[in-house]
Amino acid sequence: MAVLRKMTAAVALALVAGGAQAQISGNVIKIGVMNDMSGLYADIGGPGSVIAARMAVEDFGAAKKGMKVEVLAADHQNKPDVGSTLARQWYDVDGVDVIVDVPTSSVALAVSQVTRDKGKAMLNTGAASSDLTGKACSPNTIHWLYDTWMLANGTGNAVVKTGGDSWFFLTSDYAFGHALERDTAEVVKKAGGKVLGAVRHPLNTQDFSSFLLQAQASKAKVIGLANAGGDTINSIKQAAEFGIVQGGQSLAGLLVFLTDVHGLGLKTAQGLVLTESWYWDLNDSSRAWAKRFAAQHGGKYPSMDHAGVYSAVLHYLKAVEAGKTDDGTKVVAKMKSMPTDDPLFGKGTIREDGRKLHPVYLFEVKKPSESKGPYDYYKVRATIPAEQAFRPLKDGGCPLVK
Amino acid sequence: MTEIFGIPTVALFGQLLIGLINGSFYALLSLGLAVIFGLLNIINFTHGAQYMLGAFCAYLLLNKLGLGYWWALLIAPIVVGITGVIIERTMLKPLYKLDHLYGLLLTFGLALIIQGIFRNEYGSSGMPYPVPAELAGGKNLGFMFLPVYRGWVIVASLIVCLGTWYVIERTKLGSYLRAATENPQLVQAFGINVPRMITLTYGFGVALAAFAGVMAGPIYQVSPQMGADLIIVVFAVVVIGGMGSIMGSIVTGFGLGVIEGLTKVFYPEASNTVIFIIMAIVLLIKPAGLFGTQK
Amino acid sequence: MSATQPVTGTQQPAATGQFRHQGVALALMAAFFLLGPLVLYPVFLMKVMCFALFACAFNLLIGYGGLLSFGHAMFLGTAGYASAHAAKVWGLTPELAILFGTASAALLGVVTGLLAIRRQGIYFAMITLALAQMIFFFYLQAEFTGGEDGIQAVPRGHLFGLVDLSNVWAMYAVVLVVFFGGFLLIYRTIHSPFGQVLKAIRENEPRAISLGYDTTRYKLIAYVLSGTLAGLAGATKALVFQLASLTDVHWTMSGEVVLMTLVGGLGTVFGPVVGALIIISMQNYLAQLGAWVTVVQGAIFVLCVLLFRRGIVGEIARLLRRPL
Repeated sequence: MAVLRKMTAAVALALVAGGAQAQISGNVIKIGVMNDMSGLYADIGGPGSVIAARMAVEDFGAAKKGMKVEVLAADHQNKPDVGSTLARQWYDVDGVDVIVDVPTSSVALAVSQVTRDKGKAMLNTGAASSDLTGKACSPNTIHWLYDTWMLANGTGNAVVKTGGDSWFFLTSDYAFGHALERDTAEVVKKAGGKVLGAVRHPLNTQDFSSFLLQAQASKAKVIGLANAGGDTINSIKQAAEFGIVQGGQSLAGLLVFLTDVHGLGLKTAQGLVLTESWYWDLNDSSRAWAKRFAAQHGGKYPSMDHAGVYSAVLHYLKAVEAGKTDDGTKVVAKMKSMPTDDPLFGKGTIREDGRKLHPVYLFEVKKPSESKGPYDYYKVRATIPAEQAFRPLKDGGCPLVK
Repeated sequence: MTEIFGIPTVALFGQLLIGLINGSFYALLSLGLAVIFGLLNIINFTHGAQYMLGAFCAYLLLNKLGLGYWWALLIAPIVVGITGVIIERTMLKPLYKLDHLYGLLLTFGLALIIQGIFRNEYGSSGMPYPVPAELAGGKNLGFMFLPVYRGWVIVASLIVCLGTWYVIERTKLGSYLRAATENPQLVQAFGINVPRMITLTYGFGVALAAFAGVMAGPIYQVSPQMGADLIIVVFAVVVIGGMGSIMGSIVTGFGLGVIEGLTKVFYPEASNTVIFIIMAIVLLIKPAGLFGTQK
Repeated sequence: MSATQPVTGTQQPAATGQFRHQGVALALMAAFFLLGPLVLYPVFLMKVMCFALFACAFNLLIGYGGLLSFGHAMFLGTAGYASAHAAKVWGLTPELAILFGTASAALLGVVTGLLAIRRQGIYFAMITLALAQMIFFFYLQAEFTGGEDGIQAVPRGHLFGLVDLSNVWAMYAVVLVVFFGGFLLIYRTIHSPFGQVLKAIRENEPRAISLGYDTTRYKLIAYVLSGTLAGLAGATKALVFQLASLTDVHWTMSGEVVLMTLVGGLGTVFGPVVGALIIISMQNYLAQLGAWVTVVQGAIFVLCVLLFRRGIVGEIARLLRRPL
């Protein structure tokens, strides 16, 4: 009798274990890296994010643990219709379980919606709009790396404190630009400054002359660049051409990546103050990882987006392993319940609205004389601890937060 | 700070200047289109791509061969003009006996091919092209700040446009061209090699586009998409100016650029659409265009 | 325009049994779309149907009216935005949203038609292109379209308040009905007396005028009808994808519909459907190649214009010596 009971228990256990195994859909965990592979944001994410994702899969040791993991990649061309159709197809036809990166806030919002409808997961490292953890928050999305509130609070605050109390915005005309302009304007007003006006430019503008002229005419002390990537690079270069800085106004790059500084060159970019979540030269483990990354990426050093993808995929795989399922909603819940720890960002947590928290750094771009080599561009001005860096939970307006 | 209509003069003249610069490109490009349409009755949709090819030629000349801006101004139009000649000989010729719309479709397809190939190679954001050292810097004129290079663009386009107009309207070669437009068979009967003239005319129109592309490089960055949206505005300019009229396209090009610039100052939201609105109005009042003659 | 060969392929004169071939083709098409979703991804097929309707509407104007519109995207996009806005912001049920979208496209058709019909041939094409671009820039600025973001999270809603369209099969059935409805309407129009007059105008307008027909009015009606049906396709598409974006009003979309019709066969009944299927499939399966899709599309354009003007269905029709 006891033997029968033991055998039944053993069989039951085997069935349950087998059943749990079968909860990984198709027996493969498919990770989809979706970003801008060829346009103005290609250097920030692009093919580098795919490399970062693969490095995470390798470092997690998926093969040794008997987990099959595949990484797919595709270009969303910064268009919401391309991104959402691609997401739909990946989820319905190709069995993708999680989508990572997705810069360009308009695409991120669309993909977040599709992800929620299909019960999958999105780990967004590339987009900026703070709405992703605000009014558009979702139980299937984690906003990993940075957002417009953090940028406004970091860079915006710092610039206002040094005397920049009248602002004019040059804004990229889509979800990201609007969110960044809105969040920064709030910071400026709270610090006692004034917003004199704003001009919206289309995404991927080549010629900023007419917008810069309007900024010049406003006589604001600070021209806030609420744009990113190629647009920021062009705005800064052309502002130099039109003698804007000589005329006494200063430029505030609200979202600047290491790769943008590389594109501008230290001569043009020196002195720029910016906020980022990660920099390769902060500690030894970051340095080591960056060298490994650069070896696979043609010698180009990683941006914070690449680091974010690595960190997110690593934590995702840990959560899948712990929860024994790749069902999107369940994995995201598991990820929120486990504190994060990786060689790049150190320890962190994920809040119920999907916001990951980690310390954030205010950097200043070095002068050419201060730099010892390529990609040695930043000096740390301040470290903002995790609790202060991001918008308080109650202020976001996220329906998931009671 | 002086003000006119509530707008500081710096802003007003600055936008006017930008308007004149845009107008220079509109004029150069619509001139090329008008010349090609006048003689071949083909709408050269590839014009935008050929403008881009001119800019890329300059970029490659600088980065691969170390040849600077002034060389590019000379070489790029010739190189791109030759590709134009090849296109005309191989692909456009068989279409002359068909409906003109096929020419439009063919050149549209060619534009897609050229732009697609370059987008694959170079991505879709712009490549920097430096302002030549001789034209760098700017002058603060008091009521506005004038970058020297942009002033040069206006002067150079005016010279090229007026030069082309003079050749076509006032020289013997030009008169052969105009005659061949009206009655190719008769002109050929007089012993003039009309097909060769057509080929060279197409090549010249294309070279004009490439010339505009080289001039655009330092201002607008060299990007595979640079001609794509511009070409449609140029179509509107040509429709407003009158499809076959040379002087029409020059005047309209500069004029519309200025109007666009002024709109940016007083009513920025409409600046993209003002040219098309004007086109709609002109079509209602004078369908043949301001300077055109009903064909 | 009569001195040179007209743009449309030369259709063979009607012979007895012509309708039998078209009937077979219709049956094949119906079978494909009815049984297809069992094998192929239903969302893909819905996309094909929407674009097929779009191309058929475009073909009505060029193939039978002889007018090449290079700005047809403005109808697709306008109806898409209108329908998305109606469904999302006003909370209309899907059939009302689609109707509203279609009506907006019809209105746009009347307004732009009155401007564009005054000219023919190349001028007409350029004018439609420029008008479409003007509309694009308007939508880029307008608040309600969301600019680069587009109108996202459009609810599919409940058809007639009863049937939940977030069920993919329910949605598929709706798209099927819309597509076949539109297709049959076009078919009926082509073979009606109105269609015959249109063909007469296309072949020789002065003669048609001399026979007493008000050619401008006929052309305008054809233009508005074409725009309306293109709008129907756009309004439905917005609900299928739950998104209305700038891509639908961009001039490259106008170029794509020309390509689909050209590949399938200008002036044939089934050509646009075949063309849409080919081009959408190509875009889907070559998507990994990125910008090469544009190059391939351009190459197909060039090849079709130089060597293959009749298009696929046109060539088949020529072999069978029956209009298709």
